[in-house]
Amino acid sequence: MICIVCPMGCPLSVEKTADGFKVSGNTCPRGEKYAIAECTAPTRTLTSIVPVKGKDMVSVKSSAPLPKEKIFDCVNVLATITLDAPVKVGDIIVKDILGTGVDIVATKNIP
Amino acid sequence: MKHVDIVIIGGGPAGMAAAVSAYKAGIRDILILERDQHLGGILQQCIHNGFGLHHFGEELTGPEYAWRYEEEVQKLNIPYKLGAMVTDLTADRKVTYISEEDGEVTLDAGAVILAMGCRERSRGALNIPGVRPAGIYTAGTAQRFVNIKGYMPGKNIVILGSGDIGLIMARRMTLEGAKVQAVCELMPYSGGLNRNIVQCLNDFNIPLRLSHTVVQIHGKDRVTGVTIAKVDENRQPIESTREFIECDTLLLSCGLLPENELTKCAGITLDRVTGGAVCDSYRQTSAKGIFSCGNVLHVHDLVDFVSEEAELAGASAAAYVRGELSTNGRVIAVNPTGGVRYTVPQMLYTEGGDVKLFFRVADIYNNVTVRVSDGNNIIFEKKRKKVAPGEMESIALKADILKNINGDNITVTLIKEGEKA
Amino acid sequence: MYDIVVIGAGVVGGMIARELTRYQLSVCIIEKQRDVAMGASKANSGIVHAGFDAKEGSLKALLNVRGSEMMADVAKELGVHYKNNGSLVVGFTDEDIQAINGLYERGVKNGVKNLRVLSKEEVKALEPNISDNVIGALHAPTGGIVCPYMLTVASVGNAMDNGAVLKTDFEVTSIEYTNGVYKVSSPTETVEAAYVINAAGVYSDKIAAMAGYGSFTVTPRKGEYMLLDRECGNLVSHTIFKVPTKMGKGILVSPTVDGNLLLGPTSVNIEDKDNVETTKEGIDAIVAGSTVCVDGIPLRSVITSFTGLRAVGDTGDFIIEAAGDHFVNVGGIESPGLSSAPAIAVYVTDLLAKMGMELKKNENFCPTRKIFRAAESKYHKVICRCETISEGEILTAIHTNPGAKDIDGIKRRTRSGMGRCQGGFCMPYVADILARELGTSLLDVTKFGGKSNLLVGKVKEVQA
Repeated sequence: MICIVCPMGCPLSVEKTADGFKVSGNTCPRGEKYAIAECTAPTRTLTSIVPVKGKDMVSVKSSAPLPKEKIFDCVNVLATITLDAPVKVGDIIVKDILGTGVDIVATKNIP
Repeated sequence: MKHVDIVIIGGGPAGMAAAVSAYKAGIRDILILERDQHLGGILQQCIHNGFGLHHFGEELTGPEYAWRYEEEVQKLNIPYKLGAMVTDLTADRKVTYISEEDGEVTLDAGAVILAMGCRERSRGALNIPGVRPAGIYTAGTAQRFVNIKGYMPGKNIVILGSGDIGLIMARRMTLEGAKVQAVCELMPYSGGLNRNIVQCLNDFNIPLRLSHTVVQIHGKDRVTGVTIAKVDENRQPIESTREFIECDTLLLSCGLLPENELTKCAGITLDRVTGGAVCDSYRQTSAKGIFSCGNVLHVHDLVDFVSEEAELAGASAAAYVRGELSTNGRVIAVNPTGGVRYTVPQMLYTEGGDVKLFFRVADIYNNVTVRVSDGNNIIFEKKRKKVAPGEMESIALKADILKNINGDNITVTLIKEGEKA
Repeated sequence: MYDIVVIGAGVVGGMIARELTRYQLSVCIIEKQRDVAMGASKANSGIVHAGFDAKEGSLKALLNVRGSEMMADVAKELGVHYKNNGSLVVGFTDEDIQAINGLYERGVKNGVKNLRVLSKEEVKALEPNISDNVIGALHAPTGGIVCPYMLTVASVGNAMDNGAVLKTDFEVTSIEYTNGVYKVSSPTETVEAAYVINAAGVYSDKIAAMAGYGSFTVTPRKGEYMLLDRECGNLVSHTIFKVPTKMGKGILVSPTVDGNLLLGPTSVNIEDKDNVETTKEGIDAIVAGSTVCVDGIPLRSVITSFTGLRAVGDTGDFIIEAAGDHFVNVGGIESPGLSSAPAIAVYVTDLLAKMGMELKKNENFCPTRKIFRAAESKYHKVICRCETISEGEILTAIHTNPGAKDIDGIKRRTRSGMGRCQGGFCMPYVADILARELGTSLLDVTKFGGKSNLLVGKVKEVQA
């Protein structure tokens, strides 16, 4: 696994131990935290687009990182939506998407 | 001819940040000329996140980052014109633009800030042999079709070039239903951020083919495939490694070129390496009162640094308009050597205050020392664990160091581990 | 039923059709592609040759010299860029100089005016960037350059303005002749005419054979080119040739009428009449061939490369003949075909008169084009940044005969997308305008007709 916390890009390896994980290859504590998160509950911010009737697309994002394995399911939810103008930055497009507790919000104004 | 204190060419992140900065420095008579129908420039189609960590301390998407500045421009009532394309610029700051609304207008500017951004290297400039079917796009063109218009330029894709836009588009196309067959990179390393390699390629099992290039494009009406090949250490394709990949689209992400046509119009001196103007520590070009910032000056990897540079250019232009720009002291030329490809600024003043010097390196180096010397003395040193061509580096030179420079030039060089210099 | 159908909307077909509309004739032009100028007419050197190359007494010699003399006026009438920049054939060896003296004598016999053989000093004075190894040159002040595809667009357009009908996407698959009527058919449509003119370029041998008049063959001869940025267009002012060989005039270095610098062509006979691939070998040959002639060519400034296919006939000369009843072949029109095109049109018309066609003057003929003009403000709305092309110019291209229907058609007519970024910025905007003006979906917009659609579907709807 390559660490993405900073430009160093340290090669990390993770071993499962009795009381958790042992990370090696990291040169700072943030690397350790990243490695454990990637092994236990990897998350990603989703950014995508949603059509607005008669207008250009509106860009959207997840208000917080989503579980990585739910990303494609969330995209499929977005595929069912068409909005009416106007849309404002910060408007909630989908509340609590797939029960994750995370909202999908607009990142652009479409007047 | 109408006079305007500061004319800013380009309403992207650089232009808007420069405008806000000039306003805050007390100038009110400002005009932003933007050729597109909206402010924000290319950020409007960069819908991914990762912007603003340095500048706003939070992670924003491109449109949100643009909106932060646009909101401020609106709030401060800084005048701007959309659909206004600047067609001519002279060294004595006559700016000619045309727009649907105004026709052709020439302005007499007290100061000009160049903030036109950059463009992508095209297929022609790459000279890839083969046919000219539909289905060959720069990553940015594809990004506009997908993110703004909501259309897919293809569904079976090969990407040439592993710069950040190429990586980001690999993920975008995949999320929207396409299959990305491979990302080919001519160099033995990617020019993109690690984070993008992990989250845009590895997450979706998209292979990154380092030291590979596209040697031929196939198809009559629409692309039907590409032939790729491994390259040797001189970046020449190795015949025996040719490999056909079936695809309907080739996306190009092979570098960005500053758009300096207007800069050339004004006869401003350009740096052959950056492709942008040669500038001093105020981001003033060889034409007095004409400043440059953002990707038109040199291609940045983070918009946060574009904003920082634009704020400096905006404040400098404001000082120039008021006759307060201090170019006192001796002029010192900054020469990049030994693994440093270029620096911005390329010149500074011994009495000009603190200077942050930005530079890029030629290759990946581990454990190097960045050294600045004036021929007699080492005036600054800084150790770096790792430097790479894809990441812009910077060093801060304090005013008192600059005051004591001997001679009229300094060199910035990388001292590699175990190397004596 | 038309009086005459012209097969092929290249520069030859276009010029012939326009010439015919000077008379009271109903003319139909049919074209396999979606647009005109899709063959050799869009991918050639754009040179108006003075006429010293072709063998004395040949049709090539006769029509080249005549066509070249007509070109300035024709281009002016049609509003097409033409420049009388003159040409130089440069020599580097004593053998070259011998050949140059031979060209001089041939040129004089062909009737080319003001030819001169220059000394090294005279060459360097005219063109300082020519290699110092030059020892002499032939100077042809009557040589020129023209925009070849716009000459085609304008001639077809002007023919249409004067009543001709253009049918595109019409690929001829059969030609029948019964009771004095030709039936020229595509898989979906048939056009009837009393006379047929075969101006089908590299396919003219196939068309002739289809009609039962297959007396010649046409070999495609591939020519690859490199086009450099407009900032390089001043490197030379003349068209610079090397001494010709039996495969053609060799790799030239020339400014274009638009101010770019053009290098090429290579010259390779091939079999596939549609093979317009560029190759690494071709690019290498162009670089080698051009840099020996001219110093300081900024190869970093290349913006595109492309390939054209010359239609080389098997007789060594143009094949312009009454092949059968009311059927005229205009085949093997390789270089100097572009230079000769206006004269070919007159020659073919004379031939038709000899074949019995009645030529009554069309009093309403107008030699200039009818240009569509959009609202004035649209000409201040810039779409293509590199070449400063406005929405108004794009609307003009779409709504002026023959209207552009695709991205490449807009590009040829306006230069939008022809600059440094090669359409990276403007292409999505041009696609929007095309879809709006033609009343189609963005999904139907093509690069150059056929199945060259730009887009494959809407987001989240495509499946890889």
